[in-house]
Amino acid sequence: MVEKKTKGAALLKVFFALILVLVALSCLLPLVYNLAVSFSSKAAAEAGKVAFWPVDFTVNAYKEIMKEKNFFLSFWVAVKRVLVSLAITLPVLTLAAYPLAKSKKEFAPRNVLLWIFVFCMLFSGGTIPWYITMKAYGLTNSVFGLAVCGGIPVFNLILMVNFFQEIPKELEEAAMIDGAGPWRILLQVVVPLSKPVLATIALFTIVAQWNDFFQGLVLSTSAEHYPLQTYIKQLIFQLDTSQMTAEQIKQMASMSNTTLNAAKIFISMVPVLCIYPFLQKYFVTGITLGGVKE
Amino acid sequence: MNTKKGNFFKSKAGIYWIMVIPALVWMVCINIVPMFGIVMAFQDYNPGKGILHSEFVGLENFRYMFEMKDVSSIFINTIVIAVFKLLLNVAVPVIFALLLNEIKNVFFKRSVQTIVYLPHFISWVVMGGILLDVFGLYGPINGVLTSLGMDPIAFFRKPELFRGLAVGTDVWKEFGFNAVVYLAALTGISPALYEAAAIDGAGRFQRMIHITLPGLKPVIVLMTILALGNILNAGFDQIYNIYNQAVYSTGDIIDTWVYRVGLTDMQFSLATAVGLLKSVIGFGLISGSYYIAYKKANYRIF
Repeated sequence: MVEKKTKGAALLKVFFALILVLVALSCLLPLVYNLAVSFSSKAAAEAGKVAFWPVDFTVNAYKEIMKEKNFFLSFWVAVKRVLVSLAITLPVLTLAAYPLAKSKKEFAPRNVLLWIFVFCMLFSGGTIPWYITMKAYGLTNSVFGLAVCGGIPVFNLILMVNFFQEIPKELEEAAMIDGAGPWRILLQVVVPLSKPVLATIALFTIVAQWNDFFQGLVLSTSAEHYPLQTYIKQLIFQLDTSQMTAEQIKQMASMSNTTLNAAKIFISMVPVLCIYPFLQKYFVTGITLGGVKE
Repeated sequence: MNTKKGNFFKSKAGIYWIMVIPALVWMVCINIVPMFGIVMAFQDYNPGKGILHSEFVGLENFRYMFEMKDVSSIFINTIVIAVFKLLLNVAVPVIFALLLNEIKNVFFKRSVQTIVYLPHFISWVVMGGILLDVFGLYGPINGVLTSLGMDPIAFFRKPELFRGLAVGTDVWKEFGFNAVVYLAALTGISPALYEAAAIDGAGRFQRMIHITLPGLKPVIVLMTILALGNILNAGFDQIYNIYNQAVYSTGDIIDTWVYRVGLTDMQFSLATAVGLLKSVIGFGLISGSYYIAYKKANYRIF
């Protein structure tokens, strides 16, 4: 690139970089704060002495978690929920997206079906009818219920339909001439080419399922059925000292355990933090494909 | 009859139907069936009697709803919070993408991107909990304030601060992820344009104004139009996890109100009526925004 390197331009570049570093830091600091609290002594954390570095470093909080049966139960509910929902979502969406990506000539009802799906994405009966229906189905306290109760992820379905439409027709035609039927073409031609979109949808599904607390809250009748985020939500009622008087805070402090809660919160973030950087290149292609078509 | 059926399921169209059936079953059972529950909005729903036997009251719930002081304030709160989120959730990611675009070092760029995506992947339960603590009376922010000799502020208990905090924290959490489309659009702008402009003597700022921004314009317009449809969605997950009774006057939105009145106070019919009003208006807005996006930006959903 042709550019005169002036002192001003170089300075400006440094300035931009500095802003970006600050912005990036701001995204990390709350997590660093939480991590610092989890490794601090209880006394220091409850006195508000901890900022972004542990005070009186200790791993006591993490040792104490070992004694918390409900934490592990909830963690396990969340893991099962993610796995079940992946096992349902990926095959169901792949199967449906393939015919829906065909032209109207090849699969006549595709437009009508797609519009019905889009309608379901944009309109819903609302929270209360949804809750009453799920209860009537008996989907309370069930991992399967948590995995499907959000309804079909139409956005992901359309992402996949759009991706399938971009696959060159010649590949399928060649397979067809060799005598392959729709099942075989889907499994042996389309699916192997769809790694980016499958990875994107897997990531979105994992994150949505792992991070949901609301469905877990209203569809569980007792704490041992809570998925992890719902469990964490119950802790945070205790964590939130901003809502209490000094008297209440003292009382809570003797009961709740700031550092233990921080350690639980940190562990709840670990799975997602471990996955997303590796799927980054996939979801960037996935989103831009679904979001913007010229 | 039997052979005809067998043939159909072996034909291409038949196989295609079999392929979409699991998705249709899922949609009908979970998405469509609850829509019939909308009749509750026109009933005096009694859980003991069920939907089939509850008494119909016509538009009574809606009449009651418009008489409640709460209802106008939750619609206002929702729209104010959503509009500011909408504007800033386009503006901030664009500015961020422009800044990042000025940096040529690939490693630096990648690292910044990976870090700013991070908050998007953290749930509002966890992020809300951490933010309440960070902004809490004993948190680091008040630590700084008191060390400067100021009085500590209970940030999330102040009605006058709540909307700003809700919008600010949402924009902060999502700007990295929202920037993805703009960064992708930036890579599509031809470097030849920049070179030509540089030869003609255009400075860095002029190139940004005359090349980069026009290059981004279609995407910005599209994202804004699409976001317009969400004016009634102020973000249940976020608000529910950061609000409290002290800030209901400015922070209670339609979805949190429906949850409290419906599932906590068990006023099923009233909550359904408000939810229905929101669903219908929201559906109209989103359909309208998609239509405009289709007309103006040639956007197609599929």
